[in-house]
Amino acid sequence: MTAALRFDPIRLPEKCEQLRKEVRAFLAEEIAAGTFDPHAPNREDNDAPEFSRRVGAKGWLGMTWPKKYGGQERSFLERYVVTEEMRVANAPTRRFFVADRQSGPVLLKYAPEHIKMDILPRICRGEVCFAIGMSEPNSGSDLFAAKTRATKTDGGYLINGTKIWTSSAHIADYMIAIFRTSPPTKENRRHGLTQFLVKMKQPGIQVNPIGQITGQFEFNEVVFTDYFVPEDHVLGEVDGAWKQATSELAYERSGPERFLETYYVLTELVRAVGKNPDTRSAEGIGRLVAQVHTMRRMSVSVAGMLQAGKEPVVEASIVKDIGTVWEQQLPHRVRDLAAFVEETATNRETLEKQLDFAIKTAPKLTIQGGTTEVLRGIIARGLGLR
Amino acid sequence: MAESENIVAETAEKIFADLADAQTINHDKQGAWKAPLWQALTEAGLPLSWVPDDLGGSGASLAEGFSVLNVAGRHAIAVPLAETMLAGWLLTQAKIASPEGEMTVLPASPKDRVTLNADGSLTGRARGVPFAKDAKHFAVLASGNDGVSIALVDAAKCRIESSTGLGGDHNDTVTLDKVQAVTTKPAPKGFDQTTLMLMGGVVRSLQIAGALEAMLDISVRYSNERVAFEKKISKFQAVQHNLARLAGENAAALAAATSAADTIVNAKSLDTDAVFLEAASAKIRCSEAAEKGSGIAHQVHGAIGFTIEHILHRYSLRALAWRDDFGSESYWAVELGKLVADLGADELWPLVASR
Repeated sequence: MTAALRFDPIRLPEKCEQLRKEVRAFLAEEIAAGTFDPHAPNREDNDAPEFSRRVGAKGWLGMTWPKKYGGQERSFLERYVVTEEMRVANAPTRRFFVADRQSGPVLLKYAPEHIKMDILPRICRGEVCFAIGMSEPNSGSDLFAAKTRATKTDGGYLINGTKIWTSSAHIADYMIAIFRTSPPTKENRRHGLTQFLVKMKQPGIQVNPIGQITGQFEFNEVVFTDYFVPEDHVLGEVDGAWKQATSELAYERSGPERFLETYYVLTELVRAVGKNPDTRSAEGIGRLVAQVHTMRRMSVSVAGMLQAGKEPVVEASIVKDIGTVWEQQLPHRVRDLAAFVEETATNRETLEKQLDFAIKTAPKLTIQGGTTEVLRGIIARGLGLR
Repeated sequence: MAESENIVAETAEKIFADLADAQTINHDKQGAWKAPLWQALTEAGLPLSWVPDDLGGSGASLAEGFSVLNVAGRHAIAVPLAETMLAGWLLTQAKIASPEGEMTVLPASPKDRVTLNADGSLTGRARGVPFAKDAKHFAVLASGNDGVSIALVDAAKCRIESSTGLGGDHNDTVTLDKVQAVTTKPAPKGFDQTTLMLMGGVVRSLQIAGALEAMLDISVRYSNERVAFEKKISKFQAVQHNLARLAGENAAALAAATSAADTIVNAKSLDTDAVFLEAASAKIRCSEAAEKGSGIAHQVHGAIGFTIEHILHRYSLRALAWRDDFGSESYWAVELGKLVADLGADELWPLVASR
């Protein structure tokens, strides 16, 4: 028997519902104050540093981390609620999202104590923005082909080379990046890369924004020229980044952001269709709602298993694979149904603008943070095919 | 899964493994395996899992029964276990004792109706009733002037037009022409045909999820054995990615079905938006997964999977057939879409997030 997949029907605990109310009330206040427009999906354009600080002040950043680093020691299921409510509201999370989800946990695990004490509380206060330096001009999915060098020098390393497609690098205070410290070995082509903490906005780093098909400038080219990184900014084992890459991925892969990225078009379609849908619209909406409900149940299940200390690596990859494929198709399915919306629908223009943006966004969803092809390779390995 | 669910599911698993090996029964054209299997299931109290002791059953919990159905799906069993369980559950709603032997429920489609006449007799026609030909009794949901009733009916008193469904199991049309029931009692408050269809839909969803698990398992095994172009076909990326997608469909079906079952287990009332969302979504998503998943399983197997000698069709065709019972995915999608539209755009996320 192939190892059976598990998706236990985990429910969010009761205390999450109180938290959900608080998050909704907070977001409603922010919307009323004009911080962001919930109907405008291009939240990446909105840097909103003050919003980031107010989210931090609520205790909703680094909420699972130890208190001594500014965290709240709350559960991953509570963090899940905050994340999904922000996402569905189209809140401008860009400034803190990467640090909260990914960079903070890496620092917690691998950074020396004085760096943790310095940076983690600032993440929790919503003061610092992180970027992730993985892809290079000639290495994307093939992460371990990275060439940007970190050459040992007195007290640290000199970095030379280029990272690319680096989201938020133009506003980031820090980047966690992998650089080549040794050549790969014959036995292990993944050997020789090391994870580093990089302070941005310094001489030796040039950030060049890259225009995207959505019209946004959200990712960048980052060029390092003799940029000095001190010794204590090495995160984990020198030459051993490949051992560290996998453990956090389950968190990264299965969160609400992996199927809710274009969700707003579904809400707007339901609004446009009104109380008495024709059969075609009703069926279309019903199928989409069944999908989003199922995706969410899968995602919550993985979050619950992670909270319980299990390692549902294959399940998490499946959530990202089918979640991103679905959120990519969603605007096109909504477009099919929007063709039948009455001319008189008052939100018709909003829906059309949203569809335009969502359809332009869609291609990236199955590429960023691990392509569909890479994910299916991981799933295949889990099935015992590789 | 709680320990007791494990024990009941393991009992079912063992019986199927011992008496319903897929290879063996696929070659047994006479169906000689059916009687011993049914006897073993009956001795273990499984067909009447959802009937309490005082009404003639074994008094297992809802959760235990659902876990048995998932196992039954994994074995794509061609005996009316799920149908008898559902019939027993329906009769129990009206505190009607369950008889021994095979049963099924009708109507099995949301469009069909059975009427309770003023003289207490039943009239109506139900199409696509699974295993009607094999059943000794029917559990019938009927509507009359005084509301909804549940009746136990002797199958011999009904006209049965026999036919087989996609999966090769009996899928019959049952006509009741002023039939006197063995017992008729009013259904509990709030219980109607939608309730029965939702419960039937969750039963089928769990079976589909089980069948998809079996399809994934035998497809992975086959791909690791079959050699083409001088290597195992499991080493081809195109095949790996197809199987990863099959795993995704299996995962979605499993998550949707177990979530819906869990919702019913914990529901104080079945007449809520939450139950409707969960059960309808499960039937929709599992049916979609049956189509995509069985397509991939066949593609991986190539021609051998298209032969009657190979066991794949036992799972693939039943999973496809189960889509039609108790409301198809398109039927439930329309109903769910209407509910969502009626609640309004701003209530959609709160509904989804409430689960």
